[in-house]
Amino acid sequence: MGRKLLLEHINVPGINTLDVYRQKGGYRAVEKALKTLTPEEVVEEVKKSGLRGRGGAGFPTGMKWSFLAKPEGVERYLVCNADESEPGTFKDRYLMTYIPHALIEGMIVSSFALGAKTSFIYVRGEMMPQIRILEKAIAEAKAAGLLGKNILGSGYDLELYVQPGGGAYICGEETALLESLEGKRGNPRIKPPFPAIAGLYGCPTVVNNVESIAAVVPIINDGGDEYAKIGIGRSTGTKLISASGNLVKPGVYEIELGLPVEEFIYSDEYCGGIANGKRLKATVAGGSSVPILPANLTLKYANGEPRLMSYESLSEGGFATGTMLGSGGFIAFDEDQCIVRNTWNFARFYHHESCGQCSPCREGTGWMEKILHKLEHGHGTSADIDLLWDVQRKIEGNTICPLGDAAAWPVASAIRHFRDEFEWHVKEPVKSQSCNYGIANYAVPIEKKIEEVKQDNL
Amino acid sequence: MSDLVKVTIDGITVEVAPGTSILNAARQIGGDIVPPAMCYYSKLEGSGGKCRTCIVKVSKGSEKDPRPMPKLVASCRTAVMDGMEVQNITSPEVLEARSGVVEILLINHPLDCPVCDQAGECDLQNLSYEHGLQKTRYEFERRTFERIDIGDKIQLHMNRCILCYRCVFVADQITNKRVHGILNRGDHSEISTYIQTAVENDFSGNVIDVCPVGALTDKTFRFKNRVWFTKPVDAHRNCNHEKCNGKVTLWYKGEDVLRVTARKDQFGEVEEFICNECRFDKKATADWVIEHPTHISDTSVISSNHYDTFKPLPVIKENLALQEANKVELEKTAKF
Amino acid sequence: MLKVEEQQPVEFSSTLLSEADEIIKRYPKGKHKSALLPILHLVQAELGWTSVPAMDKVAEILNIEPIEVYEVASFYSMYFLQPKGKYVLEVCRTGPCCLVGAEKIMNHIEAKLGVKEGEVTKDGLFSWRGVECLAACGYGPVLQIGPEYTFYENLTPQSVDTLIDDLRKK
Ligand SMILES: Cc1cc2nc3c(=O)[nH]c(=O)nc-3n(C[C@H](O)[C@H](O)[C@H](O)COP(=O)(O)O)c2cc1C
Ligand code: SF4
Ligand code: SF4
Ligand code: FES
Ligand code: FES
Repeated sequence: MGRKLLLEHINVPGINTLDVYRQKGGYRAVEKALKTLTPEEVVEEVKKSGLRGRGGAGFPTGMKWSFLAKPEGVERYLVCNADESEPGTFKDRYLMTYIPHALIEGMIVSSFALGAKTSFIYVRGEMMPQIRILEKAIAEAKAAGLLGKNILGSGYDLELYVQPGGGAYICGEETALLESLEGKRGNPRIKPPFPAIAGLYGCPTVVNNVESIAAVVPIINDGGDEYAKIGIGRSTGTKLISASGNLVKPGVYEIELGLPVEEFIYSDEYCGGIANGKRLKATVAGGSSVPILPANLTLKYANGEPRLMSYESLSEGGFATGTMLGSGGFIAFDEDQCIVRNTWNFARFYHHESCGQCSPCREGTGWMEKILHKLEHGHGTSADIDLLWDVQRKIEGNTICPLGDAAAWPVASAIRHFRDEFEWHVKEPVKSQSCNYGIANYAVPIEKKIEEVKQDNL
Repeated sequence: MSDLVKVTIDGITVEVAPGTSILNAARQIGGDIVPPAMCYYSKLEGSGGKCRTCIVKVSKGSEKDPRPMPKLVASCRTAVMDGMEVQNITSPEVLEARSGVVEILLINHPLDCPVCDQAGECDLQNLSYEHGLQKTRYEFERRTFERIDIGDKIQLHMNRCILCYRCVFVADQITNKRVHGILNRGDHSEISTYIQTAVENDFSGNVIDVCPVGALTDKTFRFKNRVWFTKPVDAHRNCNHEKCNGKVTLWYKGEDVLRVTARKDQFGEVEEFICNECRFDKKATADWVIEHPTHISDTSVISSNHYDTFKPLPVIKENLALQEANKVELEKTAKF
Repeated sequence: MLKVEEQQPVEFSSTLLSEADEIIKRYPKGKHKSALLPILHLVQAELGWTSVPAMDKVAEILNIEPIEVYEVASFYSMYFLQPKGKYVLEVCRTGPCCLVGAEKIMNHIEAKLGVKEGEVTKDGLFSWRGVECLAACGYGPVLQIGPEYTFYENLTPQSVDTLIDDLRKK
């Protein structure tokens, strides 16, 4: 059994209430931080923990906090990113639904560390039930003196508000989120300046994912060094993985980083294998934006070594044979799934969600969707596959925000690893409408390459 | 001089104030190495960054940190650093990416230049000629919108719009009330008032001058004419409007003033914004004091007439300064 | 372009107005535009959709130009700029849900309600549409119904039938 830091008490009845949460040791981190530590010491613990942002980019949280500008007499803000919209990711919703106080507690400790007097949790508008849950939890915390003026007699004041979004994936991008929080269209800002210098209302701001902020609680309780002992290499601690697709037991799992991918998919402690006795064809390991991999490269590196659930291991091999941990949205495709159809679906998603500010993304995402629609429906040609490759290249790296890349990568990786399946749609325009290409050789195990021992030393 | 920073663009070095953008540094050098800018407008705060035509390669970040930047950057929104080295038309990578941007800008563009008032002074038209995009690879139906009048003086052909946001910035920053804006999202975005309202405002006509394409046009432009058959003349009048100095360009055909615009500099930007009265209501020679024929910048197709032969790379071979600055690169390519 | 005359003038309830006031107080002085998205949600919950007269009123409350409200409302996908059925069934149509049968559910809803995506049933009760990932991919197929965005998970044609029948009886 892996250690559980965030979800340890998730099954305790009433854990969503302040009383039960406190009985289980909740709000110890607030007491400890506000009464015994300075803000700098809290930042130091988070730095020591090696915690990396859980929202997708994996940027070290402690480092991000230490970049926050602190000009005299200017407000600073902490904004929690609860916009969770990356297809395949649903851990933040889970955490907020079942154990909302973990986020509130994390917000108090983090705001204290950053010197924020007002903090916001920006929740995607569709999560109205979670907004109500958080508002209730905030009211409870406030009534208990954990929020508001002079928290626990420490002299620290904090107001915490929940802000609903309006339905736009792009508002998960931190500067788009800040625009949206200011009541504007969710157009990402052109950087620099970065939010740490000029964020919300032009003031220094830190934006962190729900899970990153919740993770601050065990870090303060047990110390950064303890946290850093969990995990592997620079991937410290535990991570919530949202598992979806054709799995026996989809759901949210807390894993210790470094768990073998194979164990995550097949062991009964986690996903329990592929549903309906089918075989695994492909995975998207970190939310829709990261490259899709065939089953064999999911489980092993190109050299046959087992792949692990960690930032480094998932990206081993670069884009040629690897992918990314991203937001931890793990999507499994069984042998009956069509990669072309899924690529079209994702392209449609990015086309729909592009904010439209910069030309390559605004126009290019629509172009990709149309070409993929044509291919999926049996009207495509080989030249269309090449054109698609070309269009994604025109978008990647040429846009204001990473949504352009996020739209290009799934398409590029699908062509890279599943070109046969695309070609088959061209060659078999009729058949491809009634049946699928199947698993082909995508699951053929990769043999471990044995280093040849040099014999000619004699 | 110590507070100036040194930046080298396509081999030509210039010293500029700290905080200057790469684009503006290039404009100080001038000539062929100036990146094309479709959305940036120096007189409009917050503009730029969107069209991506001005992308360049930063091959050396600065003296302190010489690492190259990992991606191409928008020159209009990237500040120079001391010792920075930038490649624009000497980088095949930049030219390829730029031609990609232009191709993408054109996929939903109606390509109706033969009937467009902007033809001859359209930045998009110039760019597409320069990048020699003869044939589109886009085979799907183009996005279309209805042509609408916003007020009785301005017409909006949304099909042609490239969403540079300049007209929105003008309304925000130059006029006292904004009634038009960007509606919807992604490639459904459009410039609109949403409801039927006229854009009525002393300075509203300036949106026409800043529009880089023919999306916003002057409905009072008489006898619709191709701009290269018209003769531009600088003129002024004593304008009563407190914010307008009455300095304009009159566009003549024979004896008739066809239209009035603000004066534009060599980068196609207005020198000063003008009021609607000067623009729309003063169409008689008697209203104006004529100064002299307008100097037209030589990259414009109005004067060049050689747009179909203009290619960025050959330019290097004609321009002595560039030749000198890029000697090494040229020698390399000559070997092949 | 919309013709405003076709849209009924609106009045907001006093509850809405006082809730709006409360929301505005959250933000620092001069930053009240931040209240725009939350207030638009209140308005849509009360009126069922976001009409031009309603947006104009919101502009008045926040002391901003109406175009600023139109720009924002049309950017986000949750604000309905056209009237909709009383219950809008929003089914997730994104990849992970499609792996477990979301397309089948959408076809089923279309057949059951007898209206195409975005249209309203004759009795004015129902509309449906596909929406993008609702962050519940492990429990797909899923749908939500505003204004409280109640969630229905692991949908089957049968559970959809029951849901629609129950809503009809309400
Ligand atoms: C298109 C796009 C969508 C994003 N969506 C989310 C999101 O839904 N939730 C999130 O936490 N981060 C999201 N991010 C990442 C944020 O920009 C940002 O990196 C993150 O909130 C930082 O928090 P962290 O350091 O705690 O991970 C998104 C980024 C992009 C480019
Ligand atoms: S990349 Fe796409 S989403 Fe990001 S700013 Fe550009 S158009 Fe908007
Ligand atoms: S109408 Fe013209 S100025 Fe306005 S956004 Fe479109 S292209 Fe730019
Ligand atoms: S001019 Fe720089 S991006 Fe448009
Ligand atoms: S894909 Fe349907 S909820 Fe995520």
